[in-house]
Formats: sequence, structure tokens, C-alpha cells
Amino acid sequence: MNFKRYSTIYGALWRNSVVREMGFKSNFILWIFVELLWFALQLSFIGVIYLHTDHIGDWTKWQVVMLIGASHFIQQIFQAFFLVNCTQLSELIRTGKLDFMLLLPVNTRFLISLRQVDLGGFVNGTSGLAVMAYAAKQLHIMPGFLSIVGFFLLCAAGILIHYSLMFLLSTISFWTVRAQGIVWGYYNLFNISRMPDSAFQGFFKAFFTFAIPMLLVANVPAKLIALKLQSPWEMVLLVATAGVCFTLSEIGWRFAMKHYTSASS
Amino acid sequence: MRKYWHVINTGIQNMMVYRVNFLFRAAFGIIPLMATIYLWRKIYEGKEVGSSVAGYSLAGMISYYLLVTIVDALTAVNEDDWQIATDIKDGNISQFLLKPIDYLTYRFCLFVAGRFIYVAVALIPVGLFIYYLRTFFVGPVDLPTFVLFLFSVALTAVLQFLMSFTMALLAFWVLEVSTFIFILFALEYIAGGHLFPLDILPPVVSKVLNFTPFPYQLFFPVSIYLGQTSGSAIWRGLIIQTFWVVIFYFVARFVWSRGIKKYSAVGG
Repeated sequence: MNFKRYSTIYGALWRNSVVREMGFKSNFILWIFVELLWFALQLSFIGVIYLHTDHIGDWTKWQVVMLIGASHFIQQIFQAFFLVNCTQLSELIRTGKLDFMLLLPVNTRFLISLRQVDLGGFVNGTSGLAVMAYAAKQLHIMPGFLSIVGFFLLCAAGILIHYSLMFLLSTISFWTVRAQGIVWGYYNLFNISRMPDSAFQGFFKAFFTFAIPMLLVANVPAKLIALKLQSPWEMVLLVATAGVCFTLSEIGWRFAMKHYTSASS
Repeated sequence: MRKYWHVINTGIQNMMVYRVNFLFRAAFGIIPLMATIYLWRKIYEGKEVGSSVAGYSLAGMISYYLLVTIVDALTAVNEDDWQIATDIKDGNISQFLLKPIDYLTYRFCLFVAGRFIYVAVALIPVGLFIYYLRTFFVGPVDLPTFVLFLFSVALTAVLQFLMSFTMALLAFWVLEVSTFIFILFALEYIAGGHLFPLDILPPVVSKVLNFTPFPYQLFFPVSIYLGQTSGSAIWRGLIIQTFWVVIFYFVARFVWSRGIKKYSAVGG
């Protein structure tokens, strides 16, 4: 029952977003072009590096291409569902719109997190998948049904990690208006998630595996498809980390709510 | 001239508001940079000791990225283009048409003020980072080269500013310029040498790139410092760089004068 109600609400939010996007059609298409350009840029970086070496750690060229495709897919789907919403929380607080949302008979976190959908993200996500498919062909890998399902589930876990951490950071805006800078700073870290994990070691690797799991998010799903997983525990680690991150963000959110005393109204 | 000193002065005071943002930006910017450096270290580890990539030793490669960070802090445009576009969209430039102030010069002063504050703030995180990698940081080839490097950096700053200024003026014609700004940024990012030194590209590609203004927006001064460009090539490069600055100065002036004719002061 509850689920049905929420899916109706979410359907309405989707319709809103579609209408909004279609109001600026040329802009919508241009943005897709910009994202494609950046994606091509990352691929060319790898292309150039592999002109001068044939492996980074134990990663070959097409394996890294696959990683970049996976990372792009995850980032774009994250962007489609959550990015705008997370960055806008501080605006909602500053302008007092949050008060209005708190009065609505729905879960406030649900509403804040999923208010807008960025449709371009889905289009760009497919370009990531297309590149992965091409890389798989180059590697002579034919992933079976199970590993494809596993891949999407791991991607979902990765997206959940990104969402939880970014949401947690954006709740800082309950205390300071500067939070937006921190949220965009986190977005910068996405750059790390498309790097092959074995390029790193020591503190850096530990930090970005366990504290901020950037080196798990895209690496684990890509390794599953590229048959590079050293042990199934890597997958367990990713899913468990996602659970921990989500729990932390819920605790942070509740704590922030408890201390919220409206801004401008 | 004195009125523009005023602009710089108030610009600096205004920019102080952004200091914490600047600090975040500089500090967070270091993390992906660190990742790139680790990546290169791993690549060099996979080779024989002392081998080089297109003339770059490991120290040279790491220094390249550090210098890119320094030159970028000194010369990059970050908020200016957005602000110019907003000024046009909201009709704020009307006041400049009435006052005896030249908008391009005014904007340039604000750009200089912004860079001043940014460098002052970024000095802490970037300085610490360079100190951390000090064993890899190579010095300039010699003093005259270093002077030429500084000169080229100044030209880079002007070129960056003029190109962004021209791009932002598109706001006279289109409502949403952010996509165009991002496209230009993407081109600068790869063809300017942010991602990797341009001379590790296949020779044909880097030759073609040399016909565009992008390498002169970042790569050229860095290559002077590292000695990758030397002798008469430096002078030739400086002449081309000056040429681009002059071209973009006139383009900016031209686009501005056309834009003003189109301008209808929406909301102003």
C-alpha cells in the first residue's frame, strides 16, 4: 500500500521533470553533447597513456576502458537520480522551502532526494554501457546472464554509496551555507573512481577503499565483467560498505532534522 | 587609470568573501591530482629503472603536473565567465554603458583581483603538496628560462581571460551559455595539457594542436620551465602566443560591439 502510494508520487515527480526538460530541448541535447565530450576525453587520456605502456599495475588497456565505461555509467545514473537534488538541499534550507516540504504527508528524505530527475543521465549512461560492450569484445569476453545481473546490482550498490555520502555531506548545510562547496568537492572525487585500483597503495588506497570507498564503486563491477575479481569477498565488501554508508547517512539526516530550527521563515 | 586601481581594490575585498570556497576548491583539486601522480608512478614502476616517457623522467612527469597546478592557479578563469554572462542576462551591463568605464578592462581588473586572492588561499594546500613531493620537483633550467616562463605565464593569463570573456559574450545571443562554457572548458582541458603533457601525443596530433590557441593556455609555459621547449622554439612560441592574445583582444572587442547593438537591457 505504502509502496503503491510512493510510486504514484514518484511517477508525478517524473512527469514534472520530463515537462521541465522538454521546455529547453536544445539545451537538453547540448548537455548530452557536453557529457559525451568529457567521456571521450577520459577515454583519450587512457588511449594516450597506453601509447607509452602496456599495463598499469595488472590492468591492460581494454580492461581500463571497461572500468571507465562502468564508472561513467554509474556516475551518469547517479546524476540522473540524485546529483541535482543533493546539491539543492542547501538552497531549500536557505530559502525556507524545506519547511513547506516538512509539512507534506510524505517522507521528507524521499522527497528531497528524488524531487528532480535528470533525463540526460540515462542517455549518457548508455554510452558508458556501449563502451563496455566494445571493450568486452576486444577482451574476447562474453559475460553470461548472471554476471550481467550481478554487474547491475553492484552498480546499484555503488550508486547507493555515492548517494549516501553526498547526501550526508549536504546535510552539513543545516549548519553552514558553505556546504555546497563541500558537496561539489565530493563530486571531484568521482575522478578517482575511474582509476584502476592496483595503481594505488598504502594510505591512499586504504583511505579510498574503506573511508571513502571510491576505489570500490566502479572497480568491483568492472572487475566482475572483466573476470578480474581476486575473490568474491570484494563484492561482499562493496555491498556491505553501501549498507554502512546508507545507515550513516540516515543517522546523520535524523540528527540534522532534530536540530533544525528553520532558516528564514 | 586610477579608477581601475579602485576596481582591483574593491574586487579584492569582494573576493575575500569566496576565500573558504577557494580553499575547498584548491584542497579538493589536489586529490584527483594525487591520483594521477600515483597512476604515473605505477606506470614508471612497470618499466626499467631510469627509463622515460617521451623525454619525461618520473620526476619530470610529476613536476609537469605540479607546474600545471601552479600555472592553473595563477591564470585560470573560474567565476568570471559566469558572472559576465549573468551581467548580460540580467541587464546589469546597462550601467557600464552609461559610466566612463570600459567593461573589458573592468572585468580584467576583477579577474586579476580574483587570481590574487585565489593564489593567496591556494598557497597553503598546494604548497604543502609540493613540499610533500619535493624530491620529485625539478627546478627551472636556468634563470633566463625562468624569466621567460614567467613572461609566458602572464600571456597565458591574458589569453585565458580574453577567450573566456569572448565566450561569455555569447549571452547576448543565447539564453543559456553554460553548455558553451563547458565545451570550451573541455577543449582547454585536453588540448591545453591539463590531462597529460601534449608532447607525449603522437607527433602529428601535437603538431596539429600547435595551430590552435589551446596549448598556449597552459602547456606552453610549463614546457618552457621544464626545458621541453628550448632555444629558438621558445621565442617562436612566445611570438605565436602574443599573436593569439592580440587576435582574441580584437575578437573580444568586435563581439562586444556587435553584442551591444543587439542588447536590449532585459530587466535593466
